[in-house]
Amino acid sequence: MTQKTVLHAKHLEAGAKMVDFHGWEMPINYGSQIEEHHAVRKDAGMFDVSHMTIVDVQGADAKAFLQKLVANDVAKLTVAGKALYTGMLNEQGGVIDDLIIYFFAETNYRLVVNSATREKDLAHLAAVSADFDVTVTERPEFAMIAVQGPNAKAKAASVFSAEQNAAVEGMKPFFGVEAGGLFIATTGYTGEEGYEIVVRNEEAADLWQKLLEAGVAPAGLGARDTLRLEAGMNLYGLDMDESVSPLAANMAWTIAWEPAERNFIGRAVVEKQREEKSTDKLVGLVLESKGVLRSGTKVIVEGGEGVITSGTFSPTLGYSIALARVPRSTGETAQVEMRNKLFDVKVVKPCFVRNGKAVI
Amino acid sequence: MSNIPSELKYASSHEWVRDEGNGVFTVGITEHAQELLGDMVFVELPDVGDEVDAGEDCAVAESVKAASDIYAPIGGEIVEINEDLEGSPELVNSDPYGDGWLFKVKASDVEELENLLDAEGYANSIDEE
Repeated sequence: MTQKTVLHAKHLEAGAKMVDFHGWEMPINYGSQIEEHHAVRKDAGMFDVSHMTIVDVQGADAKAFLQKLVANDVAKLTVAGKALYTGMLNEQGGVIDDLIIYFFAETNYRLVVNSATREKDLAHLAAVSADFDVTVTERPEFAMIAVQGPNAKAKAASVFSAEQNAAVEGMKPFFGVEAGGLFIATTGYTGEEGYEIVVRNEEAADLWQKLLEAGVAPAGLGARDTLRLEAGMNLYGLDMDESVSPLAANMAWTIAWEPAERNFIGRAVVEKQREEKSTDKLVGLVLESKGVLRSGTKVIVEGGEGVITSGTFSPTLGYSIALARVPRSTGETAQVEMRNKLFDVKVVKPCFVRNGKAVI
Repeated sequence: MSNIPSELKYASSHEWVRDEGNGVFTVGITEHAQELLGDMVFVELPDVGDEVDAGEDCAVAESVKAASDIYAPIGGEIVEINEDLEGSPELVNSDPYGDGWLFKVKASDVEELENLLDAEGYANSIDEE
């Protein structure tokens, strides 16, 4: 039984091709995922991300609980609305999920986790929270729309109320604010400016329609994937999972090592991996000849091999790019085998496009 | 239901064939096939002058989603390729039966056409998928 978001009818109205995405019937595209990709890079596009799981964590121990739960340290969050990207690890140092945590007060946080991992995430939250004075509440009464692109904020502003516009005025990246019935955050998964907007289910279709009328183009999961890959952002289940260390997934920056006494779950294992430099690393690959790098393809490097974790055609660059997990010793070039031929690829930092511009 | 022009012949592997007269046939992929593949990003075509056999993989359509072999529906000599696809592979998506054609083949044995499906036969074959 597939689930539908409250925007399902709006997708069909816009001519979406729907696919099953981990149990949710979601739009893969509305005709051309490449055109949708360009709309986000050059103008403004919107994604239905209502399938994502919103969880509120409240109570006297909320801060202490999250300091145990995730690898980054919520103590860094001191300004109301500030957000933090991090991973929840298991005791073996593998990634259970990646998530964003919004801070409202030391007794009040909001987590946004992936939909594909919803059940195990909720089970893990329940298990870990048992030792803390917190309540963990899923918020299925909310839908979520991501509006992204260089003109996203201006177009969203034409839809927001005066109160909402006042609230988002001058808001820096990676913040969220509650205003006029919406929760509006300057986060996203595209490498462009914009908002992720949490809206009550019954008001979601109306907001979607207003954004559409303001000239924001609906964009599907296909464009979402090419955009996040160009931005070098990980996709859970492909670029990391429970068997992969965050150090092998370009997530070292999401781990707070200080204070040393903060004993987050998985710490002992990843700390040892860090000292011994024992993990692989996640890099970017660029293929300038014809062809498309695909997830699962073997990567041959000097003295070893790795694997492409996600690959695609980059509509912005006009050639194929990928994220790959490779030995730490990997240099500036590698080879991949595609259709029984070996191709040379460049090894780059895992970020290809930011704010509409190539960064490689 | 996708568009399946009645005047064309089809292979179950989703290529279409149009009789251009004088034993020359244009080949492309069907609207249904391009829908399955999604946005095309590269099309690799055979060279003019190549000899192909019916059923031989002779081209590759690479979309954002997957690389897919294209099989020659009939055997013969490749006499023309659609060079516009080099710069505009999206023509295969926007106009699969027109500007998105792939190559033209001079049939070595026109009787091979008999092995292909008509529009109704092809429609039935994709219903069963």
